[in-house]
Amino acid sequence: MGLKDRLKRGLSRSREALNEIFYMGGEVDDSFWDDLEDTLVMGDMGAEVAMSVTDDLREQAARENLTRARQLREALAKRLAGEFAPNERDPFRSLPSLVLFVGINGAGKTTTVGKIANRAKSDGIRTLIGGADTFRAAAIEQLDVWGQRSGVEVVTRKRGADPASVCYDVIEQAEREGSELVLIDTAGRLHTSPELMRELQKVVNVTRKRSQMPVSVVLVIDATTGQNGLNQAKEFNEALDLDGLIVTKLDGTAKGGIAVAISHELKLPIYRIGVGEGIDDLQPFDALEFSRALVGENEGK
Amino acid sequence: MAVFSSLSDRLQDTFDKLRGKGKLTEDDINAAMREIRLALLEADVNYRVVRDFVNACKEKCLDAEVLDSLNPTQNVVRIVLDQLTELLGTTDSGLVLAQNRTPNVIMLVGLQGSGKTTAASKLAYLLKGQKHKPLLAACDTHRPAAADQLETLGNEIGVPVYRGDGKDAVKVARESIQAAVDSMCDIVIVDTAGRLQVDEEMMQEAVDIKNAVKPDQILMVVDAMTGQDIVNVVSEFAERVDFDGVIMSKLDGDARGGGALSVRAVTGKPIKFVSMGEKPDSLEVFHPDRMAKRILGMGDVYGIIEQAEKISSEKDLEDAQRMLTQGFTMDDMLSQMQQIRKMGGVKKLIGMRPGMERAAQQQGANVSDSQLTLIESMIHSMTKEERRNPRIIDGRRRRRIAAGSGRTVQEVNQLYKQWEQMDKMMGSVRSLMGSGNARKTSRMMKNMMRNMGATPGDLAKMQQQMAAMQGGDYSAAAATALKEARQPAKKKRPHKKGTKKRH
Repeated sequence: MGLKDRLKRGLSRSREALNEIFYMGGEVDDSFWDDLEDTLVMGDMGAEVAMSVTDDLREQAARENLTRARQLREALAKRLAGEFAPNERDPFRSLPSLVLFVGINGAGKTTTVGKIANRAKSDGIRTLIGGADTFRAAAIEQLDVWGQRSGVEVVTRKRGADPASVCYDVIEQAEREGSELVLIDTAGRLHTSPELMRELQKVVNVTRKRSQMPVSVVLVIDATTGQNGLNQAKEFNEALDLDGLIVTKLDGTAKGGIAVAISHELKLPIYRIGVGEGIDDLQPFDALEFSRALVGENEGK
Repeated sequence: MAVFSSLSDRLQDTFDKLRGKGKLTEDDINAAMREIRLALLEADVNYRVVRDFVNACKEKCLDAEVLDSLNPTQNVVRIVLDQLTELLGTTDSGLVLAQNRTPNVIMLVGLQGSGKTTAASKLAYLLKGQKHKPLLAACDTHRPAAADQLETLGNEIGVPVYRGDGKDAVKVARESIQAAVDSMCDIVIVDTAGRLQVDEEMMQEAVDIKNAVKPDQILMVVDAMTGQDIVNVVSEFAERVDFDGVIMSKLDGDARGGGALSVRAVTGKPIKFVSMGEKPDSLEVFHPDRMAKRILGMGDVYGIIEQAEKISSEKDLEDAQRMLTQGFTMDDMLSQMQQIRKMGGVKKLIGMRPGMERAAQQQGANVSDSQLTLIESMIHSMTKEERRNPRIIDGRRRRRIAAGSGRTVQEVNQLYKQWEQMDKMMGSVRSLMGSGNARKTSRMMKNMMRNMGATPGDLAKMQQQMAAMQGGDYSAAAATALKEARQPAKKKRPHKKGTKKRH
């Protein structure tokens, strides 16, 4: 199954909802625009983004004389694609590279590290995993299992150790061994906890200062997250100056809308999206393809 | 962004525009309903639920009494709040367990990353505190090291964990019952793997586990940050696994948690517990009224008090008493600054306080955490003697403090004034106590408590305090208010004793 199909399958819910409107009548009228706005809101895009997208599209429709719902589909896809910040450098492809994974509890950081390490290893990249989540019970063990699965070494310390010093160790070892890609997992934390955010700031500062490889700080965000996702991303960005995003759990959810809102608002590129539980379901992100899958391009003709 | 302004502020704005009108029309109510709709959507209440809810509210608001009343804003807010509280259900967090069965079984289900394993250990801790003997069954055989995680958590709270072979979840669940019997445990808490509602195989596994252990209660763990899709998730889980209640997790974040309303509206299942943090004792009873206010962005007044209480230590209480009896020192001021910082900074406190934002805006106040740092730096530049007895700080000392902290003398003056004001405030309380009028003192204490505890409207006193002060004084006033809130609640008895002695 190709990426496109996976994406389509993953986003099928949103697409069904949108298809419903695009099907109806085919003639664009006031209720069409209301329905479109509602559907975007239901996709977790947030009332503000939904309204601005709808208004823009409406203007465009009037300007270019688009009267059929079908014509608007492609226009909508392009409009949504334009909301995403462009991705200038893929930290998992431009090597050498060190990536720190941050995010709230349960976003899928450890799993993402595991999947990316596995992929990199099978592509022949010299990879090293750092386990700086020394807080959560069994986080290190979980990472170890991923390390064994993919044959990538995991550098960590005991539970309760200072995460910044773990990063230090990881960087030293990476330099000794000439690793090309270093992936560091951190403990999940709520953006509302100032102490834990300060701790993370220290981890990031130490890593940025010490590492000779380019460092990327990536926020992992759960696609089922609602409007609070924007708060999360803002707080993390303010504290850590993020480089980009990874959106997980896009399968089985009607959503992904919050990804549009965050990428747009904070001008952060999306590096990867998770569209399934399998190791290969973590995919590079293509804004137009994603948006087309979201609005169901070429369907219902 | 509008997200942070509370519903009452927004409605006030809407109605402000209509001032001068003797009576509200249906159009005015429609405008208000639009604001309510947006507030609910921003809180992640499901779109369909919002529509039904707003329609129901609108009907009630169109009642003639509301429209003709002197303060329609408050009436509308009250109707919405009541309606929301009612919809959110009761505070009944009871776990219904069969009397004639040992062990009882509680099963947890939910999406990946919603917090099941953490919730399982918190629930075990809660039950242990109620003189039960729980056993945790590690039936998440999918996520790597999930059983290790549960075992570690179990060890920390002194609850046994059954792991079985760690391969077949159904088998582990079944065996855990026997293990509980063998080790004389009376409740088994079954932690299961996270699963998507659309994953047929995994949903079947949950059903199989359910059939194997016949749980007394199935609780679904729902992340408070979940968005619109929550209705699909819970309705699918309700249909397949049929749970009895919900644990809302990660409510210690700043998500409004509108999902709670969606869950209730779609499945009718009660929210039984809310999970508020990383510690094992942070599983709490669900309060629909607080949740309603939170969803509407009206500030979590109770949350602030609890947060303040949580971080208050014995030492703080001693300090408070000393402050009342001996006066307020610069050290006290410093510790208040640090208190604010511990609670998440000025910004967060303002966000949690209803009406604060509006008050701050009106004052044109520039409230920032960097001001805390400035004040701290100035206090740090004082000698111990100066901190203990700020009255000795004369012109020369002020110049020295300014130079030492890199601030201007004016700023030091301002700080001194702030201290003076606060000391005066403490002084008035002190003189009351000194006057030996025990009844008057306790009445005053009660008033203070009511100001903190009850409705947002009753917080007016504190807000006046804020409004009365300018600019940077906000932070200090907030700190005082918080201390006030905490002291009477905890110190009530000692105070009374103290005053009686003086009689």
